[in-house]
Amino acid sequence: MFTKFFFTLKEAQVPVTLREYLTLIEALKAGCANYSVEDFYYLARATLVKDEKNLDKFDQVFGHCFNGIEFIADDQTVEIPDEWLKKLAELSLTDEEKAQVEAMGGWEKLMETLQERLKEQEKRHQGGNKWIGTAGRSPFGAYGYNPEGVRIGQKESRHRKAVKVWDKREYKNLDDSVELGTRNIKVALKRLRQFAREGAAEELDLDDTIRSTARNAGFLDLKMRPERHNTVKVLILFDIGGSMDDHIKACEELFSAARTEFKHLEFFYFHNCVYEKLWKENSRRHTSFMPTWDVLHTYPADYKLIIVGDATMSPYEIAYAGGSVEHWNEEAGQLWMERVLNIYSKAVWLNPVPEKYWDYTPSVQMMKQLMTDRMFPLTIGGLEGAMKELNR
Amino acid sequence: MKFTGTDTYVATEDLMIAVNAAITLERPLLIKGEPGTGKTVLAQEVAKALGRQFIEWNIKSTTKAQQGLYEYDAVSRLRDSQLGDDKVHDISNYIRPGKMWEAFTAAESPVLLIDEIDKADIEFPNDLLQELDRMEFFVYETQATIKAKHRPLVIITSNNEKELPDAFLRRCFFHYIAFPDAETMEKIIDVHHPDAKQELVRDALKVFFDVRETPGLKKKPSTSELLDWLKLLMSEDLPEDVLRSKDPGKLIPPLHGALLKNEQDVHLFERLAFLSRREQR
Repeated sequence: MFTKFFFTLKEAQVPVTLREYLTLIEALKAGCANYSVEDFYYLARATLVKDEKNLDKFDQVFGHCFNGIEFIADDQTVEIPDEWLKKLAELSLTDEEKAQVEAMGGWEKLMETLQERLKEQEKRHQGGNKWIGTAGRSPFGAYGYNPEGVRIGQKESRHRKAVKVWDKREYKNLDDSVELGTRNIKVALKRLRQFAREGAAEELDLDDTIRSTARNAGFLDLKMRPERHNTVKVLILFDIGGSMDDHIKACEELFSAARTEFKHLEFFYFHNCVYEKLWKENSRRHTSFMPTWDVLHTYPADYKLIIVGDATMSPYEIAYAGGSVEHWNEEAGQLWMERVLNIYSKAVWLNPVPEKYWDYTPSVQMMKQLMTDRMFPLTIGGLEGAMKELNR
Repeated sequence: MKFTGTDTYVATEDLMIAVNAAITLERPLLIKGEPGTGKTVLAQEVAKALGRQFIEWNIKSTTKAQQGLYEYDAVSRLRDSQLGDDKVHDISNYIRPGKMWEAFTAAESPVLLIDEIDKADIEFPNDLLQELDRMEFFVYETQATIKAKHRPLVIITSNNEKELPDAFLRRCFFHYIAFPDAETMEKIIDVHHPDAKQELVRDALKVFFDVRETPGLKKKPSTSELLDWLKLLMSEDLPEDVLRSKDPGKLIPPLHGALLKNEQDVHLFERLAFLSRREQR
């Protein structure tokens, strides 16, 4: 029935499956939508979209597929974003100009052109003869003059029909097409979980209870054992600033996923390469920092170390004292990396730069060597490999 | 039986369609949205409107899927065996039904709220797939299958702390409660504080949406906070024009503690207010 709509949704990368489509048909048969376009829109949205970040894509596809079904006959206005149309100036034209405008063609032609322009035009526009905006002589827009013009966005004629709900695209800022969803990261990080029984005894150990009760000649002897807790301790070092800016989004996701997954999670920031200082708040990096030695002394060797960075820098920043771009480092980054790795035997480097580019950057090669090849790309596969490495 | 909102709950049209579809097809309904937009209250109000029993299962980080089905109380059984109690011969005496069991065996189809499902472990929703789908589960200890007499209406809320698995999502209807626009907001206030002075409400709403627009707030005030704030404003019986005053000294709205919940936000707001005061001079 709506097969085309379904496939267009799939093409637009809204994750829909046959099961959801069947549910929609079933709901329609059961009369949930009452045969009105508005209800159908809401019903289809509730069945086919399962995450608010896909709502905007859905609205667009819906508008595209069911374009013109009811609304042109219903009311001849189209909603475009208000901010374009803020009333800023009024314009009056000479008779000659009026005649020009009239020559544009009939109503149908106007609608077509409007749709096309809406597609072409992305920014707010004011004045001028072609683009849609306020106070111009284009046939489209408010407060301007065009005898055949379409009135859009004027306060008086606004109405609240559902047809326009999807045209409003209310959910635009919820849309984010991230390759690495936090759920994926979490599932990958789960590999790192190790359970151990620690802490207060609070769970009944049935086997042990029965065994000791029997040994006790039938007198009940309750045995408790501590509940299983995740005991993995993780120390994360994030590269921040400079060339990492492009990857901040991916790193934030990793961080928010990691945060809920472990009992002990410590994080610090560094810039390009680890030197004598690490810090927790990037805005106050020069005033409140922690000497790297203190970090190494505070967190014992059973912490697992994850370094996240693009390792893209000048080779001097790794190899020589004084090579850092930000400050004078007394000792080479290489030395500091070795110190850190000497303490934390379980360590991996996650690199947000795609693996295929690694060979072209000498500093990545150097860092990879320092890490004895334990560098992984920041993808699901890379994460899984890294977790396996940490668990070995 | 259709849900159309109640006298204490304003439901938007899209929300009604989603709820009614879930009722008709007897599938779970997943509700997401900003905190304080009435996700939890929705389930209570649906139960009230339909005249059904309301069962609430609050999820915590330690909650396990099994606890919603049943728990086997081995300790009491062992104790009873020691004391020679007759109860001990029947293991079913020691099975404690959970919230889902309760919902499945209710005489009439109830409304089951699974509140804040994202609080639990990441595999929690997956563990409930079969149970929510077929509305039945197997009790290992008694070798019995508990099957729902009437499929309950399951409403699940999530605060987006964790992403939910796809297999789980496929089985639900989904609704995202968007933040209400000014018009809906007036209706909501009307329902909660019918005696609020019209003027006060309009001015308060303006202040409220202005505060929400403040860039960089950690936590934007939500509907429930607005309602609290109004309650305070009304009980204080402030003079009518206090919200409207452009007096530079009073740029911070009165009783702002109800709207802004953390120190940084209050500081930020004060700073912005200070800046705009300077501009006005």
